[in-house]
Amino acid sequence: MLDLSHVRKSYDGGLTHAVKDVSFAAEPGELIVLLGGSGCGKTTTLKMINRLVEPSGGTITIDGQDILGLDPVALRRTIGYVIQGAGLFPHMTIAENVAVVPKLLGWEPARIRPRVDTLLDLVGLEPGDFAGRLPRELSGGQVQRVGVARALAAEPAIMLLDEPFGALDPVTRDSIQSEFIRIQSEVKFAAVLVTHDMTEALLMATRIVVIRDGLVAQIGTPEELLNHPADDYIETLISTPRRQAERLDALLPGGGA
Amino acid sequence: MSQALRDLFADLPYLLGGHLLLSLSAVLIGVLISVPFGALATRHDRLRGPLLTVAGLIQTIPGLALLALMVPLLGGTIGFLPAFLALTLYSVLPMVRNTVTGIMDVDPAVTEAARGMGMTSRQTLLGVELPLAAPVIIAGIRTATVWVVGMATLATPVGAPSLGQYIFLGLQTRNWTAVIFGCVFSAILAVVLDQLIRALEISATTRNKRMGILTLSALALVAIGGIAPFVAERFGERPTGGARAGDLDASGAPVGLSSARTVSIGSKGFTEQYILSAYLESELRAEGADVSARPNMGSTILFDALRSDTVDVCVDYTGTIWATLMKRAEPIGRSEMLIEVAHYLKKEHGVICVGPLGFENAYALAMRKDRAAELGIRSIADLARHAEGLTIGGDPEVFGRSEWKRVRAAYGLQAARTRGMDSTFMYDAVRDGQVDVITAYSTDGRIAAYDLLVLKDPKQAFPPYDAILLVAPGASKLPGLLDALRPLVNRISNTAMREANRLVDLEGKAPAVAADSLRAKR
Ligand SMILES: Nc1ncnc2c1ncn2[C@@H]1O[C@H](COP(=O)(O)OP(=O)(O)OP(=O)(O)O)[C@@H](O)[C@H]1O
Ligand SMILES: [Mg+2]
Repeated sequence: MLDLSHVRKSYDGGLTHAVKDVSFAAEPGELIVLLGGSGCGKTTTLKMINRLVEPSGGTITIDGQDILGLDPVALRRTIGYVIQGAGLFPHMTIAENVAVVPKLLGWEPARIRPRVDTLLDLVGLEPGDFAGRLPRELSGGQVQRVGVARALAAEPAIMLLDEPFGALDPVTRDSIQSEFIRIQSEVKFAAVLVTHDMTEALLMATRIVVIRDGLVAQIGTPEELLNHPADDYIETLISTPRRQAERLDALLPGGGA
Repeated sequence: MSQALRDLFADLPYLLGGHLLLSLSAVLIGVLISVPFGALATRHDRLRGPLLTVAGLIQTIPGLALLALMVPLLGGTIGFLPAFLALTLYSVLPMVRNTVTGIMDVDPAVTEAARGMGMTSRQTLLGVELPLAAPVIIAGIRTATVWVVGMATLATPVGAPSLGQYIFLGLQTRNWTAVIFGCVFSAILAVVLDQLIRALEISATTRNKRMGILTLSALALVAIGGIAPFVAERFGERPTGGARAGDLDASGAPVGLSSARTVSIGSKGFTEQYILSAYLESELRAEGADVSARPNMGSTILFDALRSDTVDVCVDYTGTIWATLMKRAEPIGRSEMLIEVAHYLKKEHGVICVGPLGFENAYALAMRKDRAAELGIRSIADLARHAEGLTIGGDPEVFGRSEWKRVRAAYGLQAARTRGMDSTFMYDAVRDGQVDVITAYSTDGRIAAYDLLVLKDPKQAFPPYDAILLVAPGASKLPGLLDALRPLVNRISNTAMREANRLVDLEGKAPAVAADSLRAKR
């Protein structure tokens, strides 16, 4: 349903390119992970999908329609967006934050209220306790859950997530990751998730798009990447989680050589 | 409480109300201009620079000058409008600046989230940026409020009633209690408004509805309660007028003026004019007229107001009109000047000169008697020999006038240094030796009291300055007004005026008391 074809982006009128040539597709229920080092063009690629950044070339289509032919504001209301660092509105309560897009879409208040409660439940926050709080009264992990709930609010067909689980302790992180996968298995949206954490990519992705210097270095399922890394760079990237897994394996009873 | 203090309090409701109305409306309209323009400037880089520069430039114009400039810009209108416009312009800078910085400082991640969710630029502004910038914008509104309340005291010379009346009148009549009184109440007003706006902000950020409603009610109470007495006195029924008309009916005197509209008496900002204003006020009241005073106006502002019927009656001086309005410089006899001035006023401006009051308040150079004897100076001609190194103090207005230029040229005083100061201070300055000579007013009581010598003017370089009673074109058609004023012609002698001035300047009496002394001497 979502299709990027030879997309590129230059911020300086063509002198240099933040994104040089990126192509991939995502179907409903799929989770595509964009993986790569800092500054390689992950966020830029993501923002071109909801037109926060206008592509310099290539085409992006949703259900076969070129997004450049759509009204950007209307387009964004159909795409869930979880921003790097959550980006909650500090002057709004948690309930108001989650209700932003439904309100923009003109939903009845009677429809919004139960929806907010459902979403807060979905991301593991007790509505009675959290709905009336302000973002500054939440922990980092809770803020990121609200970010996800807000993006899911209007039942988008596509979710874009920019390092949604960064800066979390491993336990919280693990639980949000599994919750997210559970939610997606229920709601079946197509998701594009940015990370530079290979372990996260391997555990969550349907397919991984490795980006280096604005170019796609490899696309494949986690198994394909683990078994057939395209080059030395990807080999190094996956070597760390692989080594950690082997060491853990050795520690576990019944495992090891 | 002393009588003096009681007198000050008697005017407080009216002046405080005028001050409040002026300040609040200026800040309110200022907000309605600044916030939208500031917000717009965050969207358009090309608007931002010029907007902030213009607002900053307005701020560099001295407050008094900005107020004064509004009068000619509005074609001679005085009173609320020019003061309101000047204060509104003045309030714009802190509010525009804070709106721009407040919005630009909103976390970009938050505005991007807003855009990313599908908010339009307008929705982002209203729903996200303005609420988040509110504390900074409100800080700007508070700054503007404090500035405007302070600057509203300067609205007195353009004819807008404000607490500045205490300060200007106090300065001119050496009534320091009045000056402090005006300052204290203007400061209290600034602090109260500032704190109320702050409370409003706190209740908004803490989402405390009860506190918000309480603060809003308090603000409304201050605004309405403060402005009401002013509006009532300015536009409402005047119970005193009716009572007076009744008195006169009982005595069988002709009611004449009482049925006509309110007569406004304008005056300039120095002691003699305060006294004459009070004098005219009580004379017209006695004739059954409803009277309001517009004191403390600048010289040209007063004449513009008279010409345009904003003010009905005032006292001016022949030499002043000769020099500043008719732009004439040649010397001329006292009665010829009177005739020519009256003719000119009628023909060019439709202003009626009822006649001279009887005394002359001429400019004269004066210096300490002992100093004059020491240097062997008796006339302005003698002064010329010592011009080098002499300092002449005087009202800044004097040194810009053609009479002064003529005196300077006629006697060769070019080498003397001039030093502008408020006329109330110049007598003390010459007595204490801070300046050598002053451009004194011949009716001032301090000439005799300070043992000053008025230098002879053998070349008659200073023109005559007969005080004349003027009536605006519209008011001259009011039934009974001219008849009521005619008996005042030629009734005040030089000595009587000097004595009245002395009562205020040296004995600290109220202008109204001195006015009574003028009536008593008639
Ligand atoms: N608005 C912009 N103007 C100019 N250059 C930009 C802009 N946004 C990003 N860039 C540049 O484009 C390149 C790619 O940036 P991008 O934000 O896509 O990286 P990223 O892969 O998301 O990195 P990170 O992991 O650090 O978030 C970087 O070199 C960055 O400096
Ligand atoms: Mg990024």
